[in-house]
Amino acid sequence: MAEVEGANAPLCVLDGIVKRFGDLTANDHISLSLRAGEIHALLGENGAGKSTLVKILDGLLAPDEGRILWQGRPITLASPEDAATLGIGMVFQHFSLFDNLTVAENIAVAMPAGVGLRVLNKRIMELGERYGLALDPKREVWTLSAGERQRIEIVRALLREPKLLILDEPTSVLTPQEADTLFATLEELARQGCALLYISHKLEEVTRLCDRATILRGGRVVAMCNPREETPQKIASLMVGTAIPPLHDRDNRPADVRLSLRRLNAAPADLHGIALKDVSLDVRGGEILGLAGVAGNGQSELFEILSGERAAPQRGMVLIDGEECGLDGIDTRRRKGAAFLPEERNGHAAVGALSLPNNVVLSRHATSDIAPRNVIAFDRARALSDAIIAKFDVRTPSPLAEAGKLSGGNLQKFVVGREIIGNPRVLVIDNPTWGVDAGAAVLIRQALIDLAAAGTAVLMISQDLDEIFAIADRIAVIHHGAVTAPRNVRTVAREEIGLMMTGGQGASHAA
Amino acid sequence: MIGFWESILLTVITAATPLLIAALGELIVEKSGVLNLGVEGMMAVGASTGFAVATLTDSSSIGVLAGIAAGMALSLIFALVTLGFAANQVAAGLALTILGLGLAGLIGAKFVGTSRIAIPPIHIPGLSDLPGIGKLVFGQSPFFYLSVVLAVGVAWFLRRTRAGLSLRSIGENHASAHALGLKVLRTRLLAILFGGACAGLAGAYLSLVYTPFWSPGMTAGRGWIALALVVFASWLPLRVFLGAYLFGAATILQMHAQAASMGLPSQALSAFPYIATIVALVLISMRRVGATPAPGSLGTAFVPPR
Repeated sequence: MAEVEGANAPLCVLDGIVKRFGDLTANDHISLSLRAGEIHALLGENGAGKSTLVKILDGLLAPDEGRILWQGRPITLASPEDAATLGIGMVFQHFSLFDNLTVAENIAVAMPAGVGLRVLNKRIMELGERYGLALDPKREVWTLSAGERQRIEIVRALLREPKLLILDEPTSVLTPQEADTLFATLEELARQGCALLYISHKLEEVTRLCDRATILRGGRVVAMCNPREETPQKIASLMVGTAIPPLHDRDNRPADVRLSLRRLNAAPADLHGIALKDVSLDVRGGEILGLAGVAGNGQSELFEILSGERAAPQRGMVLIDGEECGLDGIDTRRRKGAAFLPEERNGHAAVGALSLPNNVVLSRHATSDIAPRNVIAFDRARALSDAIIAKFDVRTPSPLAEAGKLSGGNLQKFVVGREIIGNPRVLVIDNPTWGVDAGAAVLIRQALIDLAAAGTAVLMISQDLDEIFAIADRIAVIHHGAVTAPRNVRTVAREEIGLMMTGGQGASHAA
Repeated sequence: MIGFWESILLTVITAATPLLIAALGELIVEKSGVLNLGVEGMMAVGASTGFAVATLTDSSSIGVLAGIAAGMALSLIFALVTLGFAANQVAAGLALTILGLGLAGLIGAKFVGTSRIAIPPIHIPGLSDLPGIGKLVFGQSPFFYLSVVLAVGVAWFLRRTRAGLSLRSIGENHASAHALGLKVLRTRLLAILFGGACAGLAGAYLSLVYTPFWSPGMTAGRGWIALALVVFASWLPLRVFLGAYLFGAATILQMHAQAASMGLPSQALSAFPYIATIVALVLISMRRVGATPAPGSLGTAFVPPR
């Protein structure tokens, strides 16, 4: 696939790249070189500047300073088209697919003009066979799983015969088995002489797959190494900059059932939604139940019905502390001692344009003294907000800052703290540490552990299996709207969970 | 009896054609992810400019071309504001309607009260004289044939051509389309201009064939109906066609009902086509059979990240 002049001459060199957004320097003199046949890892925490750098390499952003050399010659990438013409392909973290178009249309739209759809269908099938990337060209994208969607992205990139393929967090939405298939494809590509730039924060897969690694922190290159020769601990501390405190375990003495779902069936709320099928689940006080599953398998639908954003079809389908509340609204459920935290922190869990105290009022007005008779007592809201900021180590420009001004990790600490500080007896939390830095993730997970230790029933929906295995007591899997019977995390194998996530063996255990 | 039904069908076609042309234009605009609420204004400007130029040059053909150009010129303002400055499309579209209605009145002020001979239907010797279907199929206004070609062409363009696929992708998700190297703003500009041309053409049809004279307010909300047609037809050209003809039929039906003085208030009868069309299209879109949802980026401004 790639032609390189000289055996070891780099295919592409980034030299002193600088990109600023206002006061923030996202890329601060970053240099790295990419060679044909090599899988190069780009490591770093969220906000380290990885995505900015690859957007520059893909022609989406223009660097403020620095040069890009391609096969030894300096180049300017004015648009993604320029990058594609040179042979730079990109597989995006958040898929760049068109949900209402078919697989073939999604691929055709990125191909150079003059390729007929029939020829394209044939080439899609050929490529699918060669790399084990089976795809039905006529399916509409919204009907496909995340793993299949990613295959489209990869096939689309491969059809343009790239010399350099960039993958941005490609495994974040995959099951362990899907990830294995992807790794085999990537190794095959490298053997054929393609240069790969692999962006990740998962150290395990990087040590398995990559030949070299560049580690970014705060927009700068802090280290370059061979990931196979370093310990994961060493790499992790380079990424984070400080040692990460370990989680403290707890005694686990599950008590009475606090949250129950009884044969919950619910039609999807919108055209592309997922129907919930016969979901039964018990969460006991003192335990964390992890609900694993690939994104888009009914997690958000389940969360909405648990929190009361949508009523359940029948009153008896949702029980909090034994009381039927399937038709109750959010406030009524919160007054029964439950708390809820949705996945999307900016826009769902918090309103970015409102101050932190006002965001406290939004979710806690019914379960605290900050809004007696529906009139906001601002001093009390401010006091509660300040307590959250102090207790959960929220770094904020000011105590009255707008929620949108906080970094992802700090806003997440704030909204998690807002729910936990009221000592709920039931907590339903969706992807508590999605896209936050390692320090914040540890703090949030420790807070959940401590909450369960105090007797709260915690239902944690998460796409991060590592997270579930780290802090949950039991694990259930949601797939196509059905939930499997929970298993003990200490006795169940990860591979088994992976199979359930794709609807394979074990899914028949569904209650 | 044949003559009666034939004349009714002919009038239905006359009422449906301008709606169809304007709605097809707006369909392309919306498929590219842009909501242009200024159809009514562009139609009005097309009607008055078309009539004025036709009167001054004494050529209906030049008048039609002028109407198209006027619609495009107005849509260019919209494109400048919404694409160039990424302004709110709803506000810009509403402003465009107000501007268009005012501008149309100004352009046409001197021509109120004059009238022209309507552009005649085509006549193919032999074929047009066939009994029954002759006049219906082979003796229509050129605009009718154009509208049919336009409907088939728009459907073919969107479904079968690469440019159509690019346009749909851009409307579906402009950020992804941009990341793939598609020209989001250029495509949208062309789509907006096409929509303006269609609205101007529909307006010129009104003043040069349908009435044929100019009076302020003569578009009578047809631009809004065209907009509604696109939405309720769930962005499918064939359904836009059906919706336009349903509206045309209802219009003619209520005219005959008024003429027959059935004892209902005339205002209620005048409202009938609007109500009937909306109810029918709502029913269709409620069933969701084969419906396509709204383009994902519809109405949102795109600013390329650099």
